[in-house]
Amino acid sequence: MKRTTLDLWVGIFVVAGLGALAVLALKVGNLSTYNMSETYQLQAHFSNIGGLKSQASIKSSGVLVGRVAQISLDPERYEAKVTMTIDKRYKFPKDTFANILTSGLLGEQYIGLIPGGDEAFLKAGDEIKKTQSAVVLEDLISRFLYSKAEDSKQPNK
Amino acid sequence: MSSQALVEIRDVNFAYDSRPILKGVNLTFPKGKVIAVMGGSGCGKTTLLQLIGGALKPSSGYVKVDGQVIHELDHKGLYDMRRRMGMLFQFGALFTDMSVYDNVAFQMREHTDLPEEIIRDLVLMKLHAVGLRGTHNLMPAELSGGMARRVALARTVALDPMLIMYDEPFAGLDPISLTVVGNLIRRLNDALGATSVVVTHDVQESLKIVDYIYFIADGVVVAEGTPAEISSSDKPFVHQFVHGEMDGPVPFHYPCGDYRQDLNLRPER
Amino acid sequence: MIVENLRSLGHRIVSAVWRIGYASRFFMMILFYSGTSFRRFHLTIKELFSSGVMSLIIILVAGTFVGMVLGLQGYETLKRYGAESALGSLVALSLVRELGPVLAALLFASRAGSAMTAEIGLMKATEQISAMEMMAINPLARVVAPRFWAGVISMPLLSALFSAMGVFGGYVVGVVLIGVDEGSFWSQMQAGVDFQHDIVNGMIKSFVFGVAVTAIALFEGYDAPPTAEGVSGATTRTVVESSLTILFLDFILTAFMFQGE
Repeated sequence: MKRTTLDLWVGIFVVAGLGALAVLALKVGNLSTYNMSETYQLQAHFSNIGGLKSQASIKSSGVLVGRVAQISLDPERYEAKVTMTIDKRYKFPKDTFANILTSGLLGEQYIGLIPGGDEAFLKAGDEIKKTQSAVVLEDLISRFLYSKAEDSKQPNK
Repeated sequence: MSSQALVEIRDVNFAYDSRPILKGVNLTFPKGKVIAVMGGSGCGKTTLLQLIGGALKPSSGYVKVDGQVIHELDHKGLYDMRRRMGMLFQFGALFTDMSVYDNVAFQMREHTDLPEEIIRDLVLMKLHAVGLRGTHNLMPAELSGGMARRVALARTVALDPMLIMYDEPFAGLDPISLTVVGNLIRRLNDALGATSVVVTHDVQESLKIVDYIYFIADGVVVAEGTPAEISSSDKPFVHQFVHGEMDGPVPFHYPCGDYRQDLNLRPER
Repeated sequence: MIVENLRSLGHRIVSAVWRIGYASRFFMMILFYSGTSFRRFHLTIKELFSSGVMSLIIILVAGTFVGMVLGLQGYETLKRYGAESALGSLVALSLVRELGPVLAALLFASRAGSAMTAEIGLMKATEQISAMEMMAINPLARVVAPRFWAGVISMPLLSALFSAMGVFGGYVVGVVLIGVDEGSFWSQMQAGVDFQHDIVNGMIKSFVFGVAVTAIALFEGYDAPPTAEGVSGATTRTVVESSLTILFLDFILTAFMFQGE
């Protein structure tokens, strides 16, 4: 008799704990956006990926279409090789343009895909040829400063 | 002693670290008897029980129970042997997180596959034997010291052991409980046909119930005999012990240096 | 004098190493005698009640308050950068990765761990453990192992509850009281928290903490001198040792799990 109320409480405890885990997974985490059961992989080389991380989102027109699966350095080209997992539902033309963008000024970096006009689609394992690297803030600033310096020199000539 | 011996202790030496507790002890516990092992506090009586139960190993000599040398048994052999022994600990050692009923049923559930109805009958029978059938729903914390001891006794004999060991069964009991526990020890032993070893320093109570008495002091057996022999013994140690005298062979003072020296009194010039 | 100090230091080190060895052997014995805990699962269920269910209140309340504090503090900080919408992500990430597992384990150590030590220590002091041995019942299998597994099962569940309540507390403060946009609160949270990387790793942490806390608590209880001071000292040691172990292991695990970011 006593054991059943005990069992009941332990049951409540376990169910509550598992429920909390489910809430964490679905409501707090991104498991609900993981349901890209059918995916294919694409590759792209970037000369500089900035702060891009694996699991970063891949968006096209702002819609999430996949995630970065792996980042490594290509030992022959000395460029970053990014493997992307894309939802099977979305197909992109061969001349799609991959661009590393930043959400907001200091936000997370993601890959934006801009479709081209080619009639052939990218297949699993293909590489996106046209890429643009991340904008690195330091480069931007130094380039700006150099051009300023150039500008200020010219009138003195 | 004519009858067959259940427990034989031969030339047992035992030391904690380098402090000797038992120095060549020889004891024989014949089947069916209640034997008391007496001695002052800290003389190694409890150690003796632990040697019989296999919790400790003798440094030399051996303890034989029912023909088997305890310290030569393997783990399984020892556990099989312990199932046939019961031990009543000094303050009962009831499991405080279980009811009286579950305490007595504990070994039956652990060691047998008996159905719950039979266990129930057995538990009530054991509790009835110690006069506490009415307490089976209580928790150990709700029992008085004497009742707890009796419940523990019921638990000890739950599996009808061949050897029952009592570690200070009379410690801290009021006179009535003391008599009750004493009589139970005798009655249970005779009813179960078991052999009982009572380790105690309560002389008067044990003289009433036991068949044979061993006295241990300083790790050796100093006297033995039937209650009648012990009562009339004129050995100084036994006399002091039985009559509870303050000074005698067991000195009042712990061994120490010269009193006057300790107080820095200069000898008279 | 120096020799004397050196000698006592050496002695302490030797006895510490001896203790670690003994504790490891104890841990292996628990694992070895764990069969009973699963074959007779009601033994473990009983301990799940006393370690898990009895810790529920403190975990739920503490989780809610920690989440509320995170909501307040996080909002104040993020407001300076105009990034209030990232509040959900901040609250959830700190809870799921760090605060949930660590704080739940610390609370568990002081609530359930100390109780385990005291219980086992008292069982030993009142000869219940010896009585069990004399009944040919292995106390490691019957008493210690079920408590171990109950602790190991409870800890991740408690940690998940703590984090979930914390997120709820952060939501109450951030969205209901302060008025951060509800949509961005949840969507930023989902964008920021990765299931595998954050939630699963957090659960792994709390599992490891559960093993560590219960093993320490049981060892201290089993090893306690059978006296009142012995048991109270062991209870204190359980809380101190397991708290330090949790924080140390947290550092190690974090270094392994979240490195290279």
